[in-house]
Amino acid sequence: MSGSALPSFDPSDPLGLDELLSDEDLAVRDTVRRWAADRVLPRIAEWYERGELPGIRELARELGALGALGMSLTGYGCAGASAVQYGLACLELEAADSGIRSLVSVQGSLAMYAIHRFGSEEQKQEWLPRMAAGEVIGCFGLTEPDHGSDPAGMTTYAKRDGTDWVLTGRKMWITNGSVAGVAVVWARTDDGIRGFVVPTDAPGFSAPEIRHKWSLRASVTSELVMDDVRLPADAVLPEVTGLRGPLSCLSHARYGIVWGSMGAARSCFEAALDYAKSREQFGRPIGAFQLTQAKLADMAVELHKGILLAHHLGRRMDAGRLRPEQVSFGKLNNVREAIEICRTARTILGANGISLEYPVMRHATNLESVLTYEGTVEMHQLVLGKALTSLDAFR
Amino acid sequence: MSLRIVVAVKYVPDATGDRHFAEDLTTDRDAVDGLLSELDEYAVEQALQIAEEADDAEITVLTVGPEDAKDALRKALSMGADQAVHVEDDALHGTDALGTSLVLAKAIEHTGYDLVVCGMASTDGTMGVLPAMLAERLGVPQVTLLSEVKVEDGKVTGRRDGDAASEQLEAQLPAVVSVTDQSGEARYPSFKGIMAAKKKKVESLDLSDLGIEEDEVGLAGAWTKVDSAAERPARTAGTIVTDEGEGGKQLAAFLAEQKFI
Ligand SMILES: Cc1cc2nc3c(=O)[nH]c(=O)nc-3n(C[C@H](O)[C@H](O)[C@H](O)COP(=O)(O)OP(=O)(O)OC[C@H]3O[C@@H](n4cnc5c(N)ncnc54)[C@H](O)[C@@H]3O)c2cc1C
Ligand SMILES: Cc1cc2nc3c(=O)[nH]c(=O)nc-3n(C[C@H](O)[C@H](O)[C@H](O)COP(=O)(O)OP(=O)(O)OC[C@H]3O[C@@H](n4cnc5c(N)ncnc54)[C@H](O)[C@@H]3O)c2cc1C
Repeated sequence: MSGSALPSFDPSDPLGLDELLSDEDLAVRDTVRRWAADRVLPRIAEWYERGELPGIRELARELGALGALGMSLTGYGCAGASAVQYGLACLELEAADSGIRSLVSVQGSLAMYAIHRFGSEEQKQEWLPRMAAGEVIGCFGLTEPDHGSDPAGMTTYAKRDGTDWVLTGRKMWITNGSVAGVAVVWARTDDGIRGFVVPTDAPGFSAPEIRHKWSLRASVTSELVMDDVRLPADAVLPEVTGLRGPLSCLSHARYGIVWGSMGAARSCFEAALDYAKSREQFGRPIGAFQLTQAKLADMAVELHKGILLAHHLGRRMDAGRLRPEQVSFGKLNNVREAIEICRTARTILGANGISLEYPVMRHATNLESVLTYEGTVEMHQLVLGKALTSLDAFR
Repeated sequence: MSLRIVVAVKYVPDATGDRHFAEDLTTDRDAVDGLLSELDEYAVEQALQIAEEADDAEITVLTVGPEDAKDALRKALSMGADQAVHVEDDALHGTDALGTSLVLAKAIEHTGYDLVVCGMASTDGTMGVLPAMLAERLGVPQVTLLSEVKVEDGKVTGRRDGDAASEQLEAQLPAVVSVTDQSGEARYPSFKGIMAAKKKKVESLDLSDLGIEEDEVGLAGAWTKVDSAAERPARTAGTIVTDEGEGGKQLAAFLAEQKFI
């Protein structure tokens, strides 16, 4: 092979991973990247500082018009995109802000996915088209104040009353809760854990917002309070009983995070690279110092390894061969490395690194949530540990 | 009868890339990535809105350009256009505006049309002359630089905003219009649109399909000739005015000297 035939080195794609993508994949990525640049980036710092997402309904409708909500689901107004395309969208959204990606993950991978996979035809017809269009926002209530990593112990209880169900309990840390029109709530019943499709205007249901968060500030997080919420018989998701229900939704959402976290990391890496080339100290750009270059090289290596891993998992998902342990592998690695990249970027930016004028601190603090939700780092280590040793260390 | 809309879209070098001239003083199209001219996205958007209003309409997007110009067509198709026509021929290299308008006019006649929608200008050539040339060649009315456009009862109407006044204009179909960047934000291609675009028809034509002789176009057939081209000089450091009480006056003097005021 002659040297001149080699493609040139692209600092934004050092491994040439774009060549793994089809024209449609690239078009999906460009659309989301452009939407985020137009609609999110100009205002995200302000939303973050205020701790609000004031235009969330409009954003949801715009995301719906793009096809980003439930995008890898088929029918009912969903885009029917591939898993790789869904991943690329998550990456671009999270490069803007993890809060925006969370909105999309919870809507598509948790709430819509639950209804699509386990719902009745009537439930699908009633909710999915409006959720795909972003007209109705959904949330997913699994975590409780006293039951996080171990949801099997949940106390939210659905009691039979004639043919009706009566739901009582509290859910905690629920993304989109206060703005949701529909909540997928998991509850204990006399026959095991079941999922319920709960219209949020049902009497007895309320969703106060959780304030004072120092992470995911541009995302709505809420408590769900259910006091004798009466639901008709057909509110239950008919097709699943047991924890397998919520866990398979979580597996789908985690897959999106494998990609998404690399978006946050990319944004921080780009900010750091830019800064390292322009900021001068001791008479030279700080990027000319070996210590800075070592940081940049290590960040780039982890970033693109992570994207390659995400792509690999995406292909497995598209082929119907993705195991939950493999999703745990990806989530564990990519979120952990993403947060490390953001923290390193923070050091390169010096004092500016703590300012909201740059995206770095915002991403770094966001990732503290991403590290915890959808299974903590430790839970994914335990999943892998169990898969490797066949020994259960959870309890 | 279905309303036949043809949108002329140009594939232009990405303005964020490093743009250069080739040895024959034509644009070096290999050096940078290209894309659908942003100003033509407004034309596609208006065509889509007109089609959504009409009972029955069909949008054809048309481009004259190199192989990669298919990307621009693909983008317009993913925004929602129904089909595409791509005119490509090696002999087109170096064609000027007159030649381009000839090729476009022939292709539009070949496709059949009630309304031709153009952008206000390309983002690379920026002459803004093609819509007028097209109307002339097609022998139909032109209503250019519209910031609002509608089709009703066999007529196209629209508003042209000038510095001093806004004109309300109207023309009988068939007609050529061009729309400005004030006509309304272009939509993003939806994922469904992107997936559907793959399956839409793209017709490829060359000069012989359109009955155009090679010497009518290309560098040889061009009425305009680029004699020389020079890269814009690099930006200089600029002037720093230190305010020691006279800052305002110094700024005014600087602006006056540069003939800004
Ligand atoms: C911003 C945000 C949004 C969220 N959105 C949602 C949502 O939409 N829906 C939803 O249902 N939930 C949501 N959550 C909740 C999230 O999923 C939980 O916080 C997470 O599952 C962890 O539960 P926990 O906070 O109760 O921590 P705990 O389970 O109490 O864990 C505390 C610590 O102990 C560790 N630990 C626990 N058990 C073990 C063990 N066996 N071995 C070793 N270490 C262990 C954990 O890894 C962790 O480090 C959200 C959380 C946040 C922060
Ligand atoms: C293959 C090719 C090679 C060329 N090479 C050169 C060259 O080397 N040097 C040179 O000076 N000129 C060249 N031209 C011509 C030039 O680039 C312009 O296309 C032409 O002069 C029109 O001028 P403009 O771009 O200013 O268009 P404007 O008049 O500003 O464009 C107005 C509108 O016309 C439509 N339009 C314009 N161009 C096209 C197109 N190609 N296809 C479809 N719709 C269009 C769009 O709707 C656009 O918004 C070439 C053209 C082609 C097709």
